[in-house]
Amino acid sequence: MWRRIPERYRMAGSLCENCRQNFFPRRTFCPICRRKGKIVDKQMSGKGKVFAYSLVTAPPVGYEGEIPYILAIIELDEGPKVTAQIVDCKCDKLEIGTKVKSAFRRITEDGDEGIIYYGFKFKLDK
Amino acid sequence: MRRVAIIGVGMSKFGEVWERGFRELVAEAGLRAIEDAKVQGEEIDALFGGTMAAGRLIGQEHIAALIADYMGINPTAATRVEDACASGGVALRTGMMAVASGLHDMVVVGGVEKMTDVAVGDATSALGGAGDQEWELFMGATFPSLYAFIAQRHMKDYGTTEEQMAAVAVKNHANASKNKYAQYQNEITIEQVMKSKVIASPLKLFDCSPITDGAAAVVLCPLDKAKKYTDTPIEIIGTGQASDTIALHSRESFTTLKATKIAAKKAYDMAKVGPKDIKVAEVHDCFTIAELLAIEDLGFFKKGEGGKATANGETALNSKISINTSGGLKGCGHPVGATGVKQAVEIAWQLRGDAGARQVSGAEYGLTQNVGGSGATAVVHIYKRAD
Repeated sequence: MWRRIPERYRMAGSLCENCRQNFFPRRTFCPICRRKGKIVDKQMSGKGKVFAYSLVTAPPVGYEGEIPYILAIIELDEGPKVTAQIVDCKCDKLEIGTKVKSAFRRITEDGDEGIIYYGFKFKLDK
Repeated sequence: MRRVAIIGVGMSKFGEVWERGFRELVAEAGLRAIEDAKVQGEEIDALFGGTMAAGRLIGQEHIAALIADYMGINPTAATRVEDACASGGVALRTGMMAVASGLHDMVVVGGVEKMTDVAVGDATSALGGAGDQEWELFMGATFPSLYAFIAQRHMKDYGTTEEQMAAVAVKNHANASKNKYAQYQNEITIEQVMKSKVIASPLKLFDCSPITDGAAAVVLCPLDKAKKYTDTPIEIIGTGQASDTIALHSRESFTTLKATKIAAKKAYDMAKVGPKDIKVAEVHDCFTIAELLAIEDLGFFKKGEGGKATANGETALNSKISINTSGGLKGCGHPVGATGVKQAVEIAWQLRGDAGARQVSGAEYGLTQNVGGSGATAVVHIYKRAD
């Protein structure tokens, strides 16, 4: 979806200058400070560590060709957590706390001749 | 605010009901509840219908009007309520508010989902709508994978084991085998759960609630009029509801559903009872780990001790506290929008003494906890027999 390109292609996030909390994806309104908040752009580094992970074998529509895939929750160095796949890696190389970095990848597509959606996945940060 | 009672309950047989459609299921449950309450159709002045994904699953929206039509209770004020898997529980709360406020005197609350008309992948995608479409589902998340993250963190932080989670499924199948309305009538073993196919590690097929067709309904009226209809009204003495972030990854904790804790506190405070007073509860075991979180967050067991307590049999029928006597979502089935209402139906049967082979003895109060998504909505109700 074109509206999400800054976030999905280069991990553009937000910072509230009032409470200093970082947000990803972007927010237009700070849920903590509400009207007192001041939201500005904040670029995420794409680096972080594994908070939880799972080997997925029963896919939703559009991800049938991907299974089995590792889905994880990554805690970014800037604080926010994100849900994303971990690629180029086997489950037994992972544990909670493993360092990872983002990589630009194809996520899914609308059938064989449809739009291809891109975004971030993660790989080991050696 | 007026006090509110349940005066009639009913449900359809849960399961893969290919020969019957959405409208037949919900009309059956609704008419059973009306018959149980011994009210006339024309006395019903409002209907609240909980459904999560009728648009995705059967292409039908505007389901409250459809339900009223097929129950033969037009012209009534018919309203759909949607809060993902908590749609039924929130519909009950909405119906309660309508009666408590004095705006309506006789209300039917129905919950329904018709899920087996589509392929499993399509159902998985439709259910995914309960999470964050752009930031969880787009990335390849499924509900089993979100609860897998919760399970992995609970295992790491508290030493919970896969066998302890399996004990939830074994106990709920044992209860379901005593419930003629349940999808599964068979008992299972820990070994069967452990050997079932991995869906999203560490969760296996038998850690997951099934895809189910079904409907449930209750009839509500003011407590002071309830005795006209029944000798055993069930008063709803407490209700609480809370929200949390739509995406699991945005939560402070993965091992507590904060929305459950807040909703429970509100319900306990309103009812003026505590966790120790509850002897029977229906909780939202969409996955086995979810039941462990629920029995901890509701205050029945200390945080981190739910797995051990379940493996020790402390949540089995007529033990320390009877959890999911209906079979829960795992054993009775999980027609998403119907679940929250079915929980109230089961508690009403338990408190009336109508639960047959799975009857809990000596329960004065009952509790239901219904969760939407991975915990973005939670709704808790507390009930007491009022005869």
